[in-house]
Amino acid sequence: MSKSAVEVPPRCGFSFDLCRRNAMLSEKGVQAPSYRKTGTTIVGLVFQDGVILGADTRATEGPIVCDKNCEKIHYMAPNIYCCGAGTAADTEAVTDMVSSQLQLHRHHTGRESRVITALTLLKKHLFNYQGHVQAALVLGGVDITGPHLHTIYPHGSTDTLPFATMGSGSLAAMAIFETKYKEGLTSDEGIKLVTEAICSGIFNDLGSGSNVDVCVITKGHKEYLRNHLLPNPRTYVSPKDYSLSKKTEVLLTKITPLKEKVQVIERGDAMEE
Amino acid sequence: MSLSESNQAQHNSLLSSDSQRTLYPYVTGTSVVALKYKDGILMAADMGGSYGSTLRYKSVERMKPVGKHSLLGASGELSDFQELLRYLDELILYDNMWDDGNSLGPKEVHNYLTRVMYNRRNKFNPLWNTLVLGGVKNGQKYLGTVTMIGVHFEDNHVATGFGNHLARPILRDEWHENLSFEDGVKILEKCMRVLLYRDRSAVNKLQIAKITEEGVTISQPYSLKTFWGFSAFQNPTVGAEGSW
Repeated sequence: MSKSAVEVPPRCGFSFDLCRRNAMLSEKGVQAPSYRKTGTTIVGLVFQDGVILGADTRATEGPIVCDKNCEKIHYMAPNIYCCGAGTAADTEAVTDMVSSQLQLHRHHTGRESRVITALTLLKKHLFNYQGHVQAALVLGGVDITGPHLHTIYPHGSTDTLPFATMGSGSLAAMAIFETKYKEGLTSDEGIKLVTEAICSGIFNDLGSGSNVDVCVITKGHKEYLRNHLLPNPRTYVSPKDYSLSKKTEVLLTKITPLKEKVQVIERGDAMEE
Repeated sequence: MSLSESNQAQHNSLLSSDSQRTLYPYVTGTSVVALKYKDGILMAADMGGSYGSTLRYKSVERMKPVGKHSLLGASGELSDFQELLRYLDELILYDNMWDDGNSLGPKEVHNYLTRVMYNRRNKFNPLWNTLVLGGVKNGQKYLGTVTMIGVHFEDNHVATGFGNHLARPILRDEWHENLSFEDGVKILEKCMRVLLYRDRSAVNKLQIAKITEEGVTISQPYSLKTFWGFSAFQNPTVGAEGSW
């Protein structure tokens, strides 16, 4: 940290200085460390009683799968959930932050949170950071005005849709939605369609994989189905356990109990008020 | 032209005789989707030729028969496709001149195209196409694809460009052996509809071609029905008037 001779008042807000340094370094050929991305398939759809969200569970660090079973459906409010794609740290941080803001807002107003409140808070934050917070979100919930489903892009733009997909597997999942979605689906049909779309992402996209998480939100009730489907079980498990050929010979066994340092007297005085 | 200005910087680094090589495509066709069915191959392609971001030509036939046994569909630069058709014409002509009762089948034509594409890419002067070659010869169905860098493979269903991302998942789910003609067309139309919704260079005027032992039939151009009546589309700001 360089010491400046002149006292400069602390600048508020995000400092973009390092962005210039990073650009200069990458021009010189220095490879930036890879982020843990959720390279993902996330989907949402509106059915007759509410909203269903779905996500896969693979988190990648470049070409490596770093988490085989991560959670991409984040809690925002009792009636609002948000799926996140993009940089894992960004999606976690931004959904946690808005979730706390919503809770404070609920205490302040005494009412159930509305989906558009979460939407506005998220889009304000993301636009403020001009796309540097790389979080692409599918926000869904049911509030007093009805079921809502929105997509939010890293730069802060939003869409209101009957069905939505985001992430690297979004095209594979969207192909399923475009062919099979219709209005007024029942809960079972909706879950089945969401599972199909996520499976399409899992099997056709390299950035998505492992299991399917589903979250069903209806008026006054929510069902978080963690690992609703496990289409990638570990099929070949060796039946033999580990066998160590050379064992160390046991010559002598001696067990010494540790002495108790503190004498506990049961009949002590009752605690003073 | 904005196309050349944006690409100039990237491509200038290579050889100096830039005007002698294909650097970027100008008039392009979008995806082609094809699958094997009971009697042969079904292929679908729309009839759009885009000039950058303009839809310049709306009646481009991107599927053509080759010889007696094959059907070629192409996406990418249309002038390179036309050049390939000339090469193939010459190939078929020389084959006919042998007059030995043999004719080049789809496997042979596919191999020829692979060699042509790969050799052109090695000279840094590619034919900017992704090709789909389907055909039937002596009861054997064949469906293969060649890309502009010479990658080639054969499969039960193939797609080019955006079709790989949008149509292949559908085909992987719904294709099975011995599809009937109607089922095959239904699946292809499903794929083309998704492409129409989600590919910006797609156009709602397509042809479906079929090739069987009897020969090639390319349908008349027609358009697909689309649905836009979702309630969220009619009223997206319900509950939040004034937002977007």
